[in-house]
Amino acid sequence: MMKTGAEILCECLLKEGVEVVFGFPGGVLLPLYDTFPKYPELRHILVRHEQGAAHAADAYARVTGKIGVCLATSGPGATNLVTGIANAYLDSAPMLAITGQVPTFFIGKDAFQEVDITGVTIPITKYNHLVLDAAELAEYIREAIYVAQSGRPGPVLLDIPRDVLQTKTDFVFPEKVDLPGYKPKLFGHPAQIKKASDLINTVERPVIIAGRGVNVSRAFAELKELAEKSQIPVVTTFLGIGCFPESHVLSYGWLGMHGMGYANKAIHHSDLVVAIGMRFDDRATGVVSAFAPQARIIHIDIDAAEIGKNLNADVPIVGDIKNVLQVLNKQITKREHVSWLSQLDEWRAIHPATEVRDHEGLLPQYIIRQIHEVTKGDTIIVTDVGQHQMWAGQYFFYDKPNSFVSSGGLGTMGFGLPASIGAKVGAPHETVWCICGDGGFQMTVQELATMVQENLDINIAVMNNGWLGMVRQWQELIYEKRYFGTQLYNPDFVKIAEAYGIKGVKVNKKIDVRPAIEKAMAHKGPFLIEFVVEPEENVYPFVPPGKTLVEFLEMPSPSGSLKK
Amino acid sequence: MTRKHILVALVQDKPGVLNRIASTLRRRNFNIESIAVGHIEIPHLSRMTITLEGDDAKVEQVRKQLDRVVEVIRISDITYENPVEREMAMIKVKASASTRSEIIQIVDIFRANIVDVSPDSLIIVAVGNQEKVETFIELLRGFGIRELSRTGTIALPRGGAGPLTIDESKPLRHVVEHVLTEEEENLPNW
Ligand SMILES: Cc1ncc(C[n+]2csc(CCOP(=O)(O)OP(=O)(O)O)c2C)c(N)n1
Ligand SMILES: [Mg+2]
Repeated sequence: MMKTGAEILCECLLKEGVEVVFGFPGGVLLPLYDTFPKYPELRHILVRHEQGAAHAADAYARVTGKIGVCLATSGPGATNLVTGIANAYLDSAPMLAITGQVPTFFIGKDAFQEVDITGVTIPITKYNHLVLDAAELAEYIREAIYVAQSGRPGPVLLDIPRDVLQTKTDFVFPEKVDLPGYKPKLFGHPAQIKKASDLINTVERPVIIAGRGVNVSRAFAELKELAEKSQIPVVTTFLGIGCFPESHVLSYGWLGMHGMGYANKAIHHSDLVVAIGMRFDDRATGVVSAFAPQARIIHIDIDAAEIGKNLNADVPIVGDIKNVLQVLNKQITKREHVSWLSQLDEWRAIHPATEVRDHEGLLPQYIIRQIHEVTKGDTIIVTDVGQHQMWAGQYFFYDKPNSFVSSGGLGTMGFGLPASIGAKVGAPHETVWCICGDGGFQMTVQELATMVQENLDINIAVMNNGWLGMVRQWQELIYEKRYFGTQLYNPDFVKIAEAYGIKGVKVNKKIDVRPAIEKAMAHKGPFLIEFVVEPEENVYPFVPPGKTLVEFLEMPSPSGSLKK
Repeated sequence: MTRKHILVALVQDKPGVLNRIASTLRRRNFNIESIAVGHIEIPHLSRMTITLEGDDAKVEQVRKQLDRVVEVIRISDITYENPVEREMAMIKVKASASTRSEIIQIVDIFRANIVDVSPDSLIIVAVGNQEKVETFIELLRGFGIRELSRTGTIALPRGGAGPLTIDESKPLRHVVEHVLTEEEENLPNW
């Protein structure tokens, strides 16, 4: 059947199960925008900045497990996507970025709004292509989506010139993907799995570190079975939060720079680390040469290039986590680690990291805990980047997979607001809370308009501490309080919300926190709460840069007693 | 141990592949000593030979990262497989009536060829492993080199099937419903 490139694009997206495109138009995309109305099943959400489209697509992918699609015009539209693509790359989110390109006869001539976006995005995409022939478009879309979603997921980009969108050509949806060089290894090597089970069956102080790979592979039941059968405590990475229920007796929080002291201690003193779908990022390991010094390491990951990259593995297993754990679980024996687990419980008692201290002023930790209590934990938490992000990780307890959406690898301020849009669009029946700092909120504040236009029921909490808090904390603790460039002049956030047509309240006192949260939840449509919080609160525990995981700083002499 | 490594790769003949490979190596701070690319006996496939300096573990790490590139079908480090290595150099060297015969002697010793003669210079083609080619160039330096061009190393492992040998009985196709064969599942190491 003869179709234009734009029609082929829409048809292919629908055939691949895509329902939503987060986009922003421009000159070279006009043929596509002229075609969209013919495909009403394909929902187009108009963002206010292309970075927002990318973050929304990224978060959509994380909560649904399906590919997120973002769309931008050539030149500045395409470059505006770059941060969002990098974010998806570092956090392994399956994303298709589509960019318009100047017509083929202009390419390479510095035409108006021409940028070599495939060149720019080589290091931050799993795969990208400039499609020069409409007849090849369907094949490239199929390949790109397949690559993005399979193996270790990641962003892919297709750059499509305007004339390719307009050209009519015979359309056949390709039955197969033909990529001889791309073979994600799905099953672990049996001999390695045997070695792993031998270790698990004999060691005394094992610990599991579960990362985002468990979420990606949806290996929740398998992870639980492994932990329960062998009685292995589970620590997650920051992005692994939620892949193992935090209310489970074997859950010991998350590791790393702001991870729980007991989690870091457990790893440091363990004799076996079972690392599952994680990549020993420097924020997670502290000084890597002193990471888990007594432990042997089993490293399970679908990406062979992660194995041995930061840390040598004694037992490397390359494969899809679900498949690997299914085989592994058959080979492990029932174990008990009574003294090891009671040691961990002891550490948990000495190093409480998730208890809100008694304090007059308004603590961000208290607010997060209140959100947990009001929602009963049944909400998706989307965060921006900074102190509030760490508190959102620490003071909320996550029992549901993929209920925590945060920018881990890239640490992108401005992620929160657009990501909450993607999360809500992907999971319309879930409550969504977006936790932002006063700094990061202003980086993508314009997406408030998108929320209103799409009438998205999103609860926004802006933690107004008047500082770029996380940087201020480093200046306080590492640069002897030499504050510079971190204090914020802020607008009235409630008035900002109102200007966009969003209801909001400002909260200064503890007693007003809960009613405000309840009001936000009761309200249909977006709602913003500006919490005016303690300005110089610090995130603890804190493993200073250059230190090992057990050299964490804790809150100095508490001004009040600790309260559950 | 840091030493020269030879990586050979079979890649799909598509635009951007060389870019991606170079970009990956640059990110890991490798200096590419040489890179040689050419078509092979199977249509739409090319073979690359990359030589670079590096420590074994780091090179293995980057090899795995290069293997991630979608268009890379196979990539192997053949440094320790005693490969046959060759490169070709074309050297335009000054040659006067008085130096010409001396140059010809050197050319003979190295089994190089003179491919062009003009009144005041010669173009010489030399083939050999990197060491031989470099010694040859050193010897000619004294006469005055006007232009020099080298292809970079290409290499094949000795003996039967090499790591990039394609088994013609098995199609090089990869389809969506890819099920690992027993052989693939039992790849060495992991
Ligand atoms: C785009 C971007 N720029 C700069 C940074 C560095 N950075 C990390 S946290 C932070 C402060 C964030 O401040 P705010 O949004 O107010 O959150 P808070 O830490 O106060 O909770 C900064 C500047 C970053 N992560 N991302
Ligand atoms: Mg702040």
